[in-house]
Amino acid sequence: MSSTLLRTSAVRSGLRVSAPKAARAGLAGTTFIRGKATLPDLAYDYGALEPAISGQIMELHHSKHHQTYVTSFNTFSEQIAEAAATSNIQQQIALQPLINFHGGGHVNHSLFWENLAPKSQGGGEPPKGELAGKINDAYGSLEKFQGEFNKALAGIQGSGWAWLVQDNVTKDVVIKTYANQDPVIGQFRPILGIDAWEHAYYLQYQNRKAEYFKAIWDVINWKAAEKRLA
Amino acid sequence: MWGTSISLFLLFSPLQVIASEQAQQPFDFGEMSAPNYSLPPLPYAYDALEPYISAQIMELHHGKHHQTYITNLNAALKTQTEAVHTSDITTQVSLQQGIRFNAGGHINHSLFWQNLSPASSPDAKTSAAPKLVQQIKATWGDEDKFREAFKASLLGIQGSGWGWLIRVQVGQESRLAIVTTKDQDPVVGKGEVPIFGVDMWEHAYYLQYLNGKAAYVENIWNVINWKTAEERFVGTQADAFKILKASM
Repeated sequence: MSSTLLRTSAVRSGLRVSAPKAARAGLAGTTFIRGKATLPDLAYDYGALEPAISGQIMELHHSKHHQTYVTSFNTFSEQIAEAAATSNIQQQIALQPLINFHGGGHVNHSLFWENLAPKSQGGGEPPKGELAGKINDAYGSLEKFQGEFNKALAGIQGSGWAWLVQDNVTKDVVIKTYANQDPVIGQFRPILGIDAWEHAYYLQYQNRKAEYFKAIWDVINWKAAEKRLA
Repeated sequence: MWGTSISLFLLFSPLQVIASEQAQQPFDFGEMSAPNYSLPPLPYAYDALEPYISAQIMELHHGKHHQTYITNLNAALKTQTEAVHTSDITTQVSLQQGIRFNAGGHINHSLFWQNLSPASSPDAKTSAAPKLVQQIKATWGDEDKFREAFKASLLGIQGSGWGWLIRVQVGQESRLAIVTTKDQDPVVGKGEVPIFGVDMWEHAYYLQYLNGKAAYVENIWNVINWKTAEERFVGTQADAFKILKASM
């Protein structure tokens, strides 16, 4: 037991030292060497989405909540790599929900910041081209789509996200909701996401979440969404 | 027994008249009314839990969030009653998740308000719960270890949910357990008695604690109502839920 701990901690400190140099192949600990997740910078100021989303919400949401997902994901990634190296299957399984939650939190928020933009940078300007066509085909109009999307957001029981996703097989777009930090993976690709966790709106809107769902369309970056289409 | 009834029935003609009148309206079940729940008043003022839980949080949490669960529950139960009346089974099934969520919200919050107390009250001291504390010590070793275990469970919730100390009755055996539930899932399992719960939805603490939920979990110990906890510990599941009957 103690020798295992010793080995683990030696590997760990090795990892910390060598982590930034991801190309150091050939070392005994190669399998542990991987790039760490980092908090992406916002492409706009914290206050730039006002009045739809307050600067205080954006600052906490990005620098605290998202950062915590990043930090925790890195911690549990290290642990699962160690468990894999020691062929500890039970520990790898035990860590999977934590990877899903914190990794999902990192992925979801990274996509979210990108699919928002201040009005001065095109926020709220309707989609064009292929994505506009797919939305019109599926929902009749952008207004009807937004109505359905807001209904989906309001129907989330607890914490979660609503996404416009594209089916990788049929290429159709559809609205789906995901619990907690479950990421859009597998059959679907994320096109546009809106965070329905209370921390995303509570300081400004409290229990009036329908007002947040209505206001956020003013700062949706449809250009970013268009680029995600396959 | 049945023979006696029938023979009496045949003997007295007035009964036969009544019976035939009823038989003419075989599908009239009389007034169909769904139960209608109302918001139970708080047993203390909105600001009574300060500084640990702000008056603003309490007012929104009780006056808005809890009320919304009740409003949505009553609407769903009304629709369900109509669906039962018209034997519309698909509507009945489609309503189940909404009823679970909103009824759970009503149950959880009703229990929660009662298991909180102003910090200055003797009810907020563990000395108000001698039997329960004895069982806690027997289960976790000491109060601190119990609190650490409870805290770890609360902070491990991924998303919205609740942490509960519950008593589980299995035959003659009764034991304590810490459980977490997601969203508004209530603790209503067979033999499970909720003793006290802590709301880990962000709306329960965010206006005051922001992303610092560990501080909320630390501070809530100051306002746990141990007197209520003791009553639930020595009582039955029905005793714990009597607040729900009072709010109908």
